[in-house]
Amino acid sequence: MIPLSWYLILAAALFCIGFYGVLARRNAVVILMSVELMLNAVNINLVAFWRYLNPNDISGQVFAIIVFAVAAAEVAVGLALVISLYRNRKTISVDEVDLMKW
Amino acid sequence: MSTVQIVFLFVGFMILLAAWMMVSRSNLVHSALWLVVALFGVAVLFVLLEAGYLAVIQVLVYIGAIAILMIFAVMLTRGDVESLTHITNRYAGWAAVMGAFLLFGLVIVLGQWPAFQTTSPEAIESANPVLDLGMAFVSPDGFTVPFIVASVLLLAAFIGAIYAAFPRKKGE
Repeated sequence: MIPLSWYLILAAALFCIGFYGVLARRNAVVILMSVELMLNAVNINLVAFWRYLNPNDISGQVFAIIVFAVAAAEVAVGLALVISLYRNRKTISVDEVDLMKW
Repeated sequence: MSTVQIVFLFVGFMILLAAWMMVSRSNLVHSALWLVVALFGVAVLFVLLEAGYLAVIQVLVYIGAIAILMIFAVMLTRGDVESLTHITNRYAGWAAVMGAFLLFGLVIVLGQWPAFQTTSPEAIESANPVLDLGMAFVSPDGFTVPFIVASVLLLAAFIGAIYAAFPRKKGE
């Protein structure tokens, strides 16, 4: 069988790629996609922990489904903000959206 | 090395490759399609973890809804060419260094944890795990309150999204 450590290392690597995407990219849509990658890495971890450490308690899967719901809410609000931003400023580059920067 | 391990290594490599292509491509439509590949790989991992219901939800919600929403957003914001030619900001090098440090830190911390050595999962005793999951969401001593809170969160988020994206007249 697959050791638990493989899942954890894969999830850590996926999280770090998403982390790099959030910090380095300028396009707001790609930043939202990278956040989705990070949420997916967390979900792999949650399901792997459920399966390997406590498979007869369903709460691990319940937690993963709550993460799905939060991810859907996040992406809906995020994309609405991006589209509103594009309509008003004609840019979705996060470098140029510095109105609230002190 | 067993067949399952080979499948895992193949899928894991595919996920990481797709994720890296997603964050490094300048063509946003390609980025969104690589995101779909990565999300599909995660669905395959859920199947390997014997969480079939989550795999179905992953395909339906992430690939069917979120990735398509991303592609819509990419197409609706195509006029912004500047973020296509200079795809990373000036801190990209620091971001890469921090990401690498985070990865090493996570692996080192996880390696010291005793459960990290777990090699094979316990057997699932339940005859019908999907039924258990459904019962957990609706039974009063289960997760009814988190379920309702998640529903209210989604409703509020969608109303907020419609309000934020709605076109407004000047001066309003």
